Amino acid sequence: MTSLPSQPGKRKLGLVIDLDTCVGCHACAVACKEWNAGGIAGPLSDEQPYGRQPSGVWFNRVHSYEVAASGDQPAMTLHFPRSCLHCEQPACVTVCPTGASYKRAEDGIVLVDEDKCIGCKLCSWACPYGAREYDAVEGVMKKCTLCVDRIYNEHIPEAQRQPACVQACPSRARHFGDLGDPDSAVSQLVAEREGVALMPELGYAPVNRYLPPRPRRAGSPEEAQAEAAPGETLDTRQLNPLLRWLDRALSR
Amino acid sequence: MHPSFSVIFFTTLSGLGYGLWIWSASALLHYGSQRGVHYLMPLALGALPVTVGLLSSVFHLGRPARAWRAFSQWRSSWLSREGLLAVLAYLPWAFIVWSALFGQGVPAWAMKVALLALLLLSLAVLACTAMIYASLKPIPAWRHWAVLPSYLGFALLTGGLAAATVYAVSEWPGRVAQYGLPALALLMGALKWRYWRDIDREPLPADRASALGLPAGRQASVFERPHTEANYITREMGFVLARKHGRRLRLIALLLFAVLPAALGILAFLPASGPSALLLGLATACALLGAIVERWLFFAQARHLVMLYY
Repeated sequence: MTSLPSQPGKRKLGLVIDLDTCVGCHACAVACKEWNAGGIAGPLSDEQPYGRQPSGVWFNRVHSYEVAASGDQPAMTLHFPRSCLHCEQPACVTVCPTGASYKRAEDGIVLVDEDKCIGCKLCSWACPYGAREYDAVEGVMKKCTLCVDRIYNEHIPEAQRQPACVQACPSRARHFGDLGDPDSAVSQLVAEREGVALMPELGYAPVNRYLPPRPRRAGSPEEAQAEAAPGETLDTRQLNPLLRWLDRALSR
Repeated sequence: MHPSFSVIFFTTLSGLGYGLWIWSASALLHYGSQRGVHYLMPLALGALPVTVGLLSSVFHLGRPARAWRAFSQWRSSWLSREGLLAVLAYLPWAFIVWSALFGQGVPAWAMKVALLALLLLSLAVLACTAMIYASLKPIPAWRHWAVLPSYLGFALLTGGLAAATVYAVSEWPGRVAQYGLPALALLMGALKWRYWRDIDREPLPADRASALGLPAGRQASVFERPHTEANYITREMGFVLARKHGRRLRLIALLLFAVLPAALGILAFLPASGPSALLLGLATACALLGAIVERWLFFAQARHLVMLYY
């Protein structure tokens, strides 16, 4: 049923991604691809993997940006992992004509039943976050499952019952938990770091949160001054007499 | 957005078919169904473009064999509603054609109900098609108020010209065709002109800072993409080929669907111009070709918000 659950559950499982500590190593994307290629959403088909134009389905893409200096904040790089946000108002679900897309009432995970998908691609058009990728080999739409086949899996050790991307992250930039519970570790992290939802103005109410980069220290006043004044300045009064003479001689 | 030819053919061709059904059902309701078999011709022929269009849309699916599943989610999905109503519209059509051929004893009121049902279902299918696009928030250009009227308008224009052509083979098609269709052609030109002007000026409802969760006003430029080659997202949502030729294509579309059909339509009814069916047929072909160019631009010039990430 592509109508949204009438009684949304309290549990809202999702990810919290720390843009301050993400180093852009793509380990999450690779671990995701590896697990999900064999998981319930698998295979994640690749076309021409070793050919001229390799192309394939990934649930997680890591973008890198250069953020321009602004006010007292210096320019910086920003690594940005992009994946399904498991929205509370997922238009990708309601536009689905077949009932293949659905949102689970019990934990809020948005999934695709690939046996029902007709591959019309309308759900991917309805997502502003680019979370859904079409599998041209299988003829169906694929998306992040929040590793639903890991997080409830009793055949793996309890410590590993987390999405593959969270497990793989070497800088602990990814956190998994219940964002519907204000006392959960992830909710507290979001509160503490003032985590944000992406493009909230569109009204999809994403569950995942991103923790913005911490304010950067501006550096020493001399550095700031050097940056502000074009060219190098030399205070000759600070120099010893020999160097002062050398400066005068060289300045002629 | 990537302009998929199967979807362009579906929306323009079946649009023409539904337009034929709307005009011919209205004509039969107005003049009475006993008027003569040639009044039934456009209605019977309308099933051809409708069916070819629908089949073309089915074959653009990844899994065409499962297409029947699309009838199930009419409560939430405009695509499902469109599919369901498109199939339902065949029922009154089949009844009308069957009773015209074999059903001598069919009461007039039953015929009227069937004609009215065909008229309303055709309008509803067109409205559903437009709403599929108009309901997508990530594509701001398609949220414009002119999207729904232009889907209806193009169906009425191309279908009306086609119906007038078929009527003109045997008799004078009537005053609605003489004045209404050229006026509609020019009205569609004005509507699309307004639409194009607005989508060129309208800023996107979100910016990159908002897409990345940065404070408003922080400028971020792409340092490195996540992938070296194109992927599904960049191919499907990031289509940029048309923007270069956009202006010229808009003028070509305007010429084909507005100026030429209006001129040919007026010319067809001048006493001196002879075979009006030929001129109206030419006007229909021009309008359909113009609608195809217009529909191509409708996709190719629509920006998807996901491209804020690229």
